Amino acid sequence: MAQLTLKNIKKSFGQTEVLKDISLEVNDGEFISLVGQSGCGKSTLLRIIAGLESPDTGEILIEGKSVTNRAPKERNVAMVFQDYALYPHMSVAENLSMPLIMARLPLHARLPFLRFVAPAARRDRPVIAAGVEKVAKQLRIGHLLDRRPAQLSGGQRQRVALGRALVRDPKIFLMDEPLSNLDAKLRVQVRSEITELHETSGLTFVYVTHDQVEAMTMSDKVALMQTGELLQVGAPNELYANPANLDVARFIGSPEINIVSADPGVGLKLGNVNLPAHLQDVVAGDLKIGIRPESITVQNMPGLAFANAPDNSPTLAFNKRLVEDLGPELLIHGTFEFEPETPIRIRAQKNSGYSELGPLTQTEKLKVQLNANALLFFTKDGKRLDLTSVPFQAKEKNEELV
Amino acid sequence: MDNAISPLQRRQARLAHWLVLPATILMLLIYIVPISLVLLASFTDYTLVSDYYEFIGFDNYTRMFGDEVVGNSLKNTVFYAALFLPGAFIISLILAITIQEQKQFRSILEVLYFLPVTSTLAAMTLVWGALMDSSQGVINNMIEIFGFAGINWFGSEDVVLYSLAIISLWSVIGFNMVLFLAGLTSIPQSLYEAASMDGADHPLDKFFKITWPMLGPTAMFVAVTSSITAFKLFDTVAILTQGGPDRASEVFLYLTFLEGFEYFNMGYSAALSLVFLGIIFLFALAQALLTDKNVHY
Repeated sequence: MAQLTLKNIKKSFGQTEVLKDISLEVNDGEFISLVGQSGCGKSTLLRIIAGLESPDTGEILIEGKSVTNRAPKERNVAMVFQDYALYPHMSVAENLSMPLIMARLPLHARLPFLRFVAPAARRDRPVIAAGVEKVAKQLRIGHLLDRRPAQLSGGQRQRVALGRALVRDPKIFLMDEPLSNLDAKLRVQVRSEITELHETSGLTFVYVTHDQVEAMTMSDKVALMQTGELLQVGAPNELYANPANLDVARFIGSPEINIVSADPGVGLKLGNVNLPAHLQDVVAGDLKIGIRPESITVQNMPGLAFANAPDNSPTLAFNKRLVEDLGPELLIHGTFEFEPETPIRIRAQKNSGYSELGPLTQTEKLKVQLNANALLFFTKDGKRLDLTSVPFQAKEKNEELV
Repeated sequence: MDNAISPLQRRQARLAHWLVLPATILMLLIYIVPISLVLLASFTDYTLVSDYYEFIGFDNYTRMFGDEVVGNSLKNTVFYAALFLPGAFIISLILAITIQEQKQFRSILEVLYFLPVTSTLAAMTLVWGALMDSSQGVINNMIEIFGFAGINWFGSEDVVLYSLAIISLWSVIGFNMVLFLAGLTSIPQSLYEAASMDGADHPLDKFFKITWPMLGPTAMFVAVTSSITAFKLFDTVAILTQGGPDRASEVFLYLTFLEGFEYFNMGYSAALSLVFLGIIFLFALAQALLTDKNVHY
């Protein structure tokens, strides 16, 4: 049974439709990322799961039971906020104990003055302290318990926020862009810490981010959203290798995928290379072809690793404009000769024969080969065409080179 | 190390002195000289009716301790403050919280409650005097309609301080409410959301765990300024009761005024003013020391 099920969730703020009929299943113990540009509705969806916002229509089920009209505390979910939302007037220990106090002590024991006449509280306080201790140890913040949030660094605040969410033993762990307030180096570190936390705790994680790298590296499953709709839900590699449409292909992957048009004129052509004749039977009109930056191989530049492309891979003329040296690899910017308006990025691994290039901005004509098996085909309006069964044909058609 | 001051630095230093000069002169004229003169006067037996005076040391101050009238005025002031302060604080806080939760009428309610602050208290005091008149006042007429006996608002020794407190509350609540509203608005919404995720969604939990502690600095400010307002009670007394009946509403500042400008005991009045200044200074000091510790982030 799915741990978390969303059924036809719709939400509008005034005239703006923020979520348009979202349905989603998340399995027990799964790490799912809701990813998309800002304003795509991912945060609203998370807040609806949390119970901070209620959907206009639709249903939320946790472990098969509807919680649509339940308050957040009755859902057994925990949330880490983007700005952490730590209580600034409380010490770290008090912050961590808040969920336990709310769950264990009756109202009168929580109020000032009255709590001194609550006998039940005396029994529960050691239990609460033990719970705080345990989480503090798990997240290595034991030495910070007496400090106020203002006295902590960004990374430490982040851990306290995680701890406050963990302490109550929730079923589902919700995170709203928890890394966006950290600097780049810390982000990578906390990223692996969260992944580790997911593995050790075995909880279901729902993680909201606008950063596709975070989504790709951390999740079991990625749900890509755009303007209130789910574009595609699947494993990170599935979204990368097998995107459902052009928007998914563009969003996932860094640097961005290259998109070129195939000429629908006489025969279907990519530059001066003929595409398989029977493609025309499948496609009416324009065709767009996506090529990942690493699926293009430079043929006449020394010192670059040469990927093994299938024999029938098309070879094209390329105008190099600028090279970025990233250490182990180069990022080559330029254009195909047949389509000089479209910027193209190539990722090329260096090999041992690599020596310094000339000036990085020098323009130069190169010969590049596209990996025929890695080409993605889309219709003009961005729909993906599954043409894996349509291989490039005989090599002689590609011979007419630059 | 070369400690020589360059000509440029010297010129800048001279310019700096010229720049602070206007402010210094103003401070001297407006605050320091008058206070010094009052201090000087408080050691004399200077009266308005005679040019002759002599220095009498601390006589004015020692006289205060034995003066029944001063004791009575302090007692009245403290009693009045005890009536006024809780109301000025609690009522404005409750108003602020309820108004903040209003979406539709928030701004109109804010304006309505703030209106008394913008009016001239002296004029409004006359209106209140008419409303609370013991025989023809609207309030007593209303009470009598319901069959109760009218209240002698300003004529009864037991009631007069309550009446004055009501008028002052009316005039000050809007101001305090706006201060509280500003404090409430500055509490991040995400704290309440975090609280409701943590299970603290009962209104009492929200208030005691989030609102009240986060409102600390604002609350301190309101408490101190209201205390000062309470001790500064003067206009309504001067206009409506002149300290009566039988000195029942003779508060400290009004007594200071009486001594100086009715009985012409300028020296004594100056001493009283300085004691008053001391009390206000203590309140201000308390605020400065306590609020700093309550600032978060």
